[in-house]
Amino acid sequence: MALLEIERLEIGFGGLAAVRGASFAVDKGETHCLVGESGCGKSVTALAVMGLLAPTATRKAAGLRFDGQDLSGLSEREMSRLRGDRMAMIFQEPMTSLNPAYTVGSQMAEVLIRHRGGSKKAALDRAAELLERVRITSPGMRLGQYPHQLSGGLRQRVMIAMALMCGPELLIADEPTTALDVTVQAQILKLLDELQRELGLAILLITHDLGIVARVAHRVSVMYAGEVVETAPVAELFGAPTHPYTRGLLSCVPVPGKIAPGEPLGSIPGIVPRVGHGFTGCAFRQRCDLAGPDCEGTVPRRTLAGDHQYLCLREPTEIARS
Amino acid sequence: MSQPLIEIRNVSQTFRVKDGLFGKPRRIMAVDGVSLTLNAGDVIGVVGESGCGKSTLARVILGLQKPTAGEVLIDGKRLHDLSGKERARLIQPVFQDPFSSLNPRRRVRDIVGMPLVAQGGIPGSEVRSRVEAIMQRVGLDPAMGERLPAQLSGGQRQRVAIARALVLRPRIVVCDEPTSALDVSVQAQILNLLAELRRDFGLSYLFISHNLAVVEHVASEVAVMYLGRIVERNRSADLFHNPQHPYTKALLASVLTPEPGLGIPEIGLGDAMPDPSNVPPGCRFHPRCPVAISECATRAPVVTASQGGAVECHLVEAASV
Repeated sequence: MALLEIERLEIGFGGLAAVRGASFAVDKGETHCLVGESGCGKSVTALAVMGLLAPTATRKAAGLRFDGQDLSGLSEREMSRLRGDRMAMIFQEPMTSLNPAYTVGSQMAEVLIRHRGGSKKAALDRAAELLERVRITSPGMRLGQYPHQLSGGLRQRVMIAMALMCGPELLIADEPTTALDVTVQAQILKLLDELQRELGLAILLITHDLGIVARVAHRVSVMYAGEVVETAPVAELFGAPTHPYTRGLLSCVPVPGKIAPGEPLGSIPGIVPRVGHGFTGCAFRQRCDLAGPDCEGTVPRRTLAGDHQYLCLREPTEIARS
Repeated sequence: MSQPLIEIRNVSQTFRVKDGLFGKPRRIMAVDGVSLTLNAGDVIGVVGESGCGKSTLARVILGLQKPTAGEVLIDGKRLHDLSGKERARLIQPVFQDPFSSLNPRRRVRDIVGMPLVAQGGIPGSEVRSRVEAIMQRVGLDPAMGERLPAQLSGGQRQRVAIARALVLRPRIVVCDEPTSALDVSVQAQILNLLAELRRDFGLSYLFISHNLAVVEHVASEVAVMYLGRIVERNRSADLFHNPQHPYTKALLASVLTPEPGLGIPEIGLGDAMPDPSNVPPGCRFHPRCPVAISECATRAPVVTASQGGAVECHLVEAASV
């Protein structure tokens, strides 16, 4: 059952088409990873869902639904009622998303009071309970501290606790561990995993790290130049990657013990093109070994067994041979 | 074996910092008695979490920072006896962020040619031809020489930084997180380029990274740093197959390989974060160590030879006697 449905989303910034007809859905209680390289449109897709795009951006979608409700028709006031309540978001750098002038306790309490009302005391109790839930020791003391007094890992835990204040159904996490050390990253991912199972959260996790994707995702959507070029359950995506971009990306990742010393990593030649409005055909064609003149025309979305879709003219057998 | 290309002897680097205008001054122990050698043709990877002192060590080796104690020998000569020009011909850096390490107001050809011009006495025509040759070698169209850094992609900028580092044909390149700011596909291009250049130019690298999978791919030898000390050093293959120090084990466990179904590893390090201004007594890793014994809190472990490498851990020490 889909909690968040995105159909043919388009986002433009002036002449630049940042997202071009992206479609995917996040089911209740699942972790859906949106993976891709910088500029592929993954973060603006998340911001578009939250209604947080810059005023200069244009957004169009055939469908943008949260729990069956059409988000594109909502006013800013109605959106702000949803945001932080039934859907919440955490960002890469917790220091820039926490207010440095307020204590942890007062900013956490504000979220609950704003959406649910009630006393400050009750809100602080809820905040302390959640800090404990995200495994922060001595939560009472932390409530009185300012963000700069916390380490990066603690700040990210505070952000997560704050996002959970109103018991959201959807949590959007944009590169939540990219600024953290590897050991802390593992702890934060483990925490998100536990919270999801306990609370039945749906998580839309945005990352560039295929290692994270493999370990936490149920479903994966790969974005390239504003399009979702492949979407599949995680085992299927890593076991049978089909879009030439997905395959190229996977070959670029160094895996200990997988490549003999002195052997080069796989690589994708060239760079991501800048795509304007009115661009047609496959945006990956200049970098693809399998591209031909036909790739300048319309590219179909193909469906394979196992709930696996990809955007390419070539047959899976043809791609596998290359 | 001939003499090592770089020999780091018992180097320490402390900083004094103040918290605000009226704060009490604190002493930060960034590097604490590190000894390390790099042989010609090797790539030594230095890994560790933020604040472990790996970038400070790089700055000391580059001569950008005079160590509080100890000395660095390059090719048998004391680093601080060398002039800036001599140093530049031996050792060059490539930094993490090509956005901030390239002068935004200079054209690419001037950036790449700067080390040649700074040497003095090289005719302009030779500077131009050497700049063009090295740009081509790192995969940049010499026509890009007219551009400004802002007109290049992240990967192209890092190629400019590499061209600038190699234009003097140094023997050592210190790479401080050279691909951390790049996308995976660009990272693969740059790592492949660095490997090719090392073979073709006979370079040696000191390669600093927080990404263990990258280090495993590029390094022949690895040093693991924790709070200013090297806690384990070994040949790369041995360190990855048979880690000895509990911290190395935890770091390796935290590498998330793209293999679905394995879930998220339990690292078991707890929440005590390392703080270089407040180094714990005894073994500095003991507050986070899952296998610490009582001795770890009181006595610092000594360097012990183990599995062909060197480790600082009481448990390894006890097993070796």
